[in-house]
Amino acid sequence: MTTKISVAAFAAALVAATAAQAGTLDDVKNKGFVQCGVNTGLAGFSISDASGNWKGLDADFCRALAAAIFNDANKVKFTPLSAKERFTALQSGEIDVLSRNTTWTMSRDTKQGKFAGVMYYDGQGFMVRKSLGVKSAKELGGATVCTQTGTTTELNLADWFRANKLEYKLVSFEKDAEVVKTYDTGGCDVLTTDASGLYGERLKLVKPDEHMVLPEIISKEPLGPMVRSGDDAWFNVVKWTYFALVQAEELGVDSKNVDDMAAKTDNPEIKRLLGKDGSFGADIGLTNAWAYQIVKLVGNYGEVFEKNVGVNTPLKIERGINALWTKGGLQYSPPIR
Amino acid sequence: MAAADARRDGGRDARPSVVWYNDPKWRSLFFQALTLLVVVGIGWSIVHNTAVNLERRHIAQGFDFLSTTAGFDINQTPIAYPKDASYGRAILVGVANTVIVAVIGIVLATIIGFVVGIGRLSHNVVFSAICTAYVETLRNIPVLLQIFFWYFAVLGLLPAPRNSLQPITGWIFINNRGIYLPEFRFGGFAGWGIVIGLAVGILAAVVIARRARRRQQATGEQFPVGRVATALILGLPFAAFAASGFDLALVPAKKSTFNLTGGIELIPSLIALTLALATYTASFIAEVVRAGILAVSHGQTEAARSLGLSHGHTLRFIVIPQAMRVIVPPLTNQFLNLTKNSSLAVAIGYPDLVSTGGIVLNQSGQAIEVIAIWMAIYLGTSVLTSLVMNTYNRRMAIVER
Repeated sequence: MTTKISVAAFAAALVAATAAQAGTLDDVKNKGFVQCGVNTGLAGFSISDASGNWKGLDADFCRALAAAIFNDANKVKFTPLSAKERFTALQSGEIDVLSRNTTWTMSRDTKQGKFAGVMYYDGQGFMVRKSLGVKSAKELGGATVCTQTGTTTELNLADWFRANKLEYKLVSFEKDAEVVKTYDTGGCDVLTTDASGLYGERLKLVKPDEHMVLPEIISKEPLGPMVRSGDDAWFNVVKWTYFALVQAEELGVDSKNVDDMAAKTDNPEIKRLLGKDGSFGADIGLTNAWAYQIVKLVGNYGEVFEKNVGVNTPLKIERGINALWTKGGLQYSPPIR
Repeated sequence: MAAADARRDGGRDARPSVVWYNDPKWRSLFFQALTLLVVVGIGWSIVHNTAVNLERRHIAQGFDFLSTTAGFDINQTPIAYPKDASYGRAILVGVANTVIVAVIGIVLATIIGFVVGIGRLSHNVVFSAICTAYVETLRNIPVLLQIFFWYFAVLGLLPAPRNSLQPITGWIFINNRGIYLPEFRFGGFAGWGIVIGLAVGILAAVVIARRARRRQQATGEQFPVGRVATALILGLPFAAFAASGFDLALVPAKKSTFNLTGGIELIPSLIALTLALATYTASFIAEVVRAGILAVSHGQTEAARSLGLSHGHTLRFIVIPQAMRVIVPPLTNQFLNLTKNSSLAVAIGYPDLVSTGGIVLNQSGQAIEVIAIWMAIYLGTSVLTSLVMNTYNRRMAIVER
């Protein structure tokens, strides 16, 4: 009879495997780190340095998340993903959050997961060799264009050339490294991706100075972190981590003055942000010092931006539309109250 | 039954009474049922688990997405792929591209493989050493590296379109964007004339070959089938072409701002993938061929020679028919391997089934459906290849006496 019992137990185990898993926030707290999906290598966004540390805007977002949850920005494990692998990795639970310069589109937001914010407002551009003498993307009829598959880039490309009634030849790869290599060895005339990506890719070329980015921006590419749908508690944590970064910059709280601010400020908005007033952190399953930890350990949005992609980095990107709304940009956080 | 009988007879029967669960027959039935139950249970659990999890993550299921507009471009479209083509159409284009690589690759690999395999047995020391070196080098380097080698190290180093290599100036262009051959434009009825001429020629050759064989078996008289068949197959299309007044225009590719346009364009990824797969698989086919020939006992050759058959006839009528029986089954494996290895196309951006399917998967988010389609199509092509080769094998095997 023991056989029968073990069969029943086995069948029960199979059925039990289908039962609901715990929420992602609890999972993350239990295992002690955030598993974060990033780009395999995109300068300024997520790229690993010589000693294997991940650097960039997207990598720092994961650190901010770890800081908010664990008060330790290093409790992050990074999973480098190709464009094609990213959504499957998120949906299968292999990663907790996808912070990989992913464009927020309606179909992705409704079918693949949920976008929690926009870390970088981008748009698609073109890079060409200066020696071609091309001054505008409208002159690219008949050109061979290199791009990465599984991206919004390849869809925009097809749309834009159709809308402008131009012909083009496509060379596309799944891995970014092959795209850059083929462009650099002359396998195509044009490299297209998000404008921020173009500046990053240009640094990887043998002679960056021989290449230029054309003025046209042909699409809207709001890039942001993404989570699985149907897990509101985790969605809130990720979303408000992003808002805390922006809110801190707006209130003038940065990694250097945050201790001062926490001790002395009378500003009620800063008090709520830094957990001196209310229970905003506890309400989303964290401690009240969640935002303090983010700013103290990682910085505010402006600091993260300047450190990774700003004018003093090799990418030399201006704040532009990524400035705060108070300075004519699009970065905006709902109030914490 | 045995158990039931045993129980009914009780102690009167000479056989010792056995409890039913110790009876070997019931026991074997029980364990078979148990195995079946576990297999079905695991299968059901996988399907159920997937469905429940997809449902919970609000991921749509089913194949409806195949009719949605794809919206991305493909750089080699052997079948029509209009601007508003669907995901399903994109996958079909991928299938066609896989078939192109598989067919060209199999033909090339077979030719190279047979030459190298026979070459390794050659008495010419230099030639056989070259063949040995070929086999040992190519089959010991991973095929993905060989694909990268052709793509980046060979084709990538070719000149830019403006400085194309021109083996025949003005007609054939070779550059790092591909190989451009002139397009054949037949006027009037020249095109159809040649096709019909070729069809009639092949049909006539087959009929003549059959009759010649029957006549030889009946009377012993021989007929120069080879020469007549060649004349028919080449002559009839040429006659049709001549009748149309040689109405053919060769249109070479033309230089435009960035590239060459027009003509027949072979993209670099197609060339690199086909060459890499063909040369790699050929090294295995060479060994299969060599093993097949060595498997025919040398006594067969000696017997044939002492009967007075020439060296050529000995090979054609004695050695090869027997060798083919050994060669065909492993050759089928190599053809299947080549077809399946063509999925490495994704590494160099050749739009095969896996590449285009991968784009569809990523743009539509229907991972499970796309993977099911992949598996079904590869399984289908593999089964089809096996069927064809098994039929051929059966016909070769009948030769045995």
